[in-house]
Amino acid sequence: MARITMREAISQALWEEMELDPRVFIMGEEVGVWGGTYAVTKGFYDHFGPERVKDTPISEAVIIGGAIGAALTGLRPIAELMTINFAFAAMDHIVNEAAKLHYMFGGQMVLPMVIRAVGGGGRQLGATHSQTPDAIFAHFPGLKVVSPGTPADAKGLLKAAIRCDDPVLFIEHATLYQARGEVPEGDYTVPIGKSIIQRPGRDVTIVTYSKMLEISTKAADQLARESIEAEIVDLRTLRPLDMEPVLESFKKTNRAVIVEEGWRSYGVGSEVASRIYEEAFDYVDAPIQRVAQKEVPLPYNRDLEQMAIPKPEDVIAAVKEVI
Amino acid sequence: MEKQEYLDLYRQMVVIRRLEERAAELYQQGKIGGFLHLYIGQEAVSTGLISAREPQDRVITAYRDHGVAINCGIPVNMVMAELLGKSTGTSKGKGGSMHMADVSRNYFGGHAVVGAHLPLAAGLALGDQYQHNDAVTICMFGDGATNIGFFHEALNLSKVWNLPVLWVCENNLYGMGTAVDRASAVHEIRQKACGYNIPSSCVDGMNVMEVREATEKILADIRSGKGPYFLEAETYRYRGHSMGDPERYRKAEEIHHYQESDPIGIYRNFLLGLDSITKEDLNHIDDQALQEVEKAVEFAESSPEPTPEDLFKDIYVSERC
Repeated sequence: MARITMREAISQALWEEMELDPRVFIMGEEVGVWGGTYAVTKGFYDHFGPERVKDTPISEAVIIGGAIGAALTGLRPIAELMTINFAFAAMDHIVNEAAKLHYMFGGQMVLPMVIRAVGGGGRQLGATHSQTPDAIFAHFPGLKVVSPGTPADAKGLLKAAIRCDDPVLFIEHATLYQARGEVPEGDYTVPIGKSIIQRPGRDVTIVTYSKMLEISTKAADQLARESIEAEIVDLRTLRPLDMEPVLESFKKTNRAVIVEEGWRSYGVGSEVASRIYEEAFDYVDAPIQRVAQKEVPLPYNRDLEQMAIPKPEDVIAAVKEVI
Repeated sequence: MEKQEYLDLYRQMVVIRRLEERAAELYQQGKIGGFLHLYIGQEAVSTGLISAREPQDRVITAYRDHGVAINCGIPVNMVMAELLGKSTGTSKGKGGSMHMADVSRNYFGGHAVVGAHLPLAAGLALGDQYQHNDAVTICMFGDGATNIGFFHEALNLSKVWNLPVLWVCENNLYGMGTAVDRASAVHEIRQKACGYNIPSSCVDGMNVMEVREATEKILADIRSGKGPYFLEAETYRYRGHSMGDPERYRKAEEIHHYQESDPIGIYRNFLLGLDSITKEDLNHIDDQALQEVEKAVEFAESSPEPTPEDLFKDIYVSERC
């Protein structure tokens, strides 16, 4: 096992899949000569050439629409959106085309494509560049939505996404690129649509994903010092949502806190809480708590921004609420 | 062109006309649901364009797509069955009037959001360029689509990457009920291609031979690596934008004026001027087209509805991967 950053893990996944399959190529803004806005594709342009690492104009609709068209010819495009906030400029192609063509044309259109997008707040980028709109995309049947919280999952899930015959939205968190973790040697994939227990515990179930896994883990460390053992379930995939580990854990702890970076209203927490109530109502010992972003557009000011994003203390307070 | 080829173009146009007329009736009877956009009046555009393609060339269009489906070789039965929402339809009853496709015939639909398929067309052409396929993508859209951002992103990229794509604007003078000069800063639509350094020309979209001959030359140029091209076809739809059109935006005289240059009438006269083709040849085709469409209605009406299990089919290729 090597200890590498999330950035290196994602970069390795892309590199290895491009070496394996000539149908795989990358298109997006600044992915080539620049080396990727977050340096994920550094060195790719020189190695794979401009045909397979394609710099596009700032045209999100044709980045996604173009990837859809190329996928329909049998290629396996990886379309990169510089940030998920720019996905709104390509919303029609993500939700009206990518998510629907296979179904709407009776199964004859196959779209083996990945949309990589960077999301999350905490970097003082202001309201339009800091959002976590994951739940919006997870709302649409036909799309698969993946958002890893560890380097090992990032690499394995991205490789699975590239090999998948369905369109996958792969959301990376900007402040996780430097996060380090053990990554298995050699070729491996992590299945899409499988949640996992990242940390075992007996007292409370914390359900989370992406950056909030890190925040929840810090909270769990602190809680452990107070003899409260939190079990953390990492969703990893938002659609299709795998509730099995969540329900299994909840039936043991009878208490749950759901932690997400996006807004609370109509969010991932709302969905997971509803499903727990629907499927494990008899096991509920306390009202399920949701920890989420304050209901404001994220402000630029550092202190204000930090006030709006969930912190370990928020998770700890919510856990104490249900215990 | 051989006699048979001339007659086949005529057959396609008449089949489309009869199909659309019958579809209008079925719509009024409540047998076709949703929106229904008829191609009546514009038959020569698609027929001329697609008759000039090689089998490997790809076709993609907007929601006025039944005629294009016929031109791409989809049996009338399947088109009619899709209109009736049957499992034997082009999209197994899940697409309807606006979403017909047949990937095996390189026909990629049938797209209902105005202009949204232009980026897809750029992508189809990119796929062929990447794989060094000897194919061109023909992308059809209306004048209204030239006012949406998708159009500009797609045209720009096609030129920057020198993609093998033929952009075809079917200018029928109205985007729904809004006339071109009320919606577009440029009234001569093809001028918009100049902004992207894409060569363009205009063709009489009511004259199938003119469309076909222009397309043959353009496709050869694109195939030789000259990059994208913009063709404006001036045409006119005789029926409303869709079946729910109150038609408050144009006068009956205007429609009658354009009906005098009916694409089928023009072509019929042209064919009768050829020594090899007789009135009987054409009347025979007229009769056959009528029968073919009637049989298609029977086929569609007797076809099975999709099953409740079909509701959940084809959301994903595989749930887990």
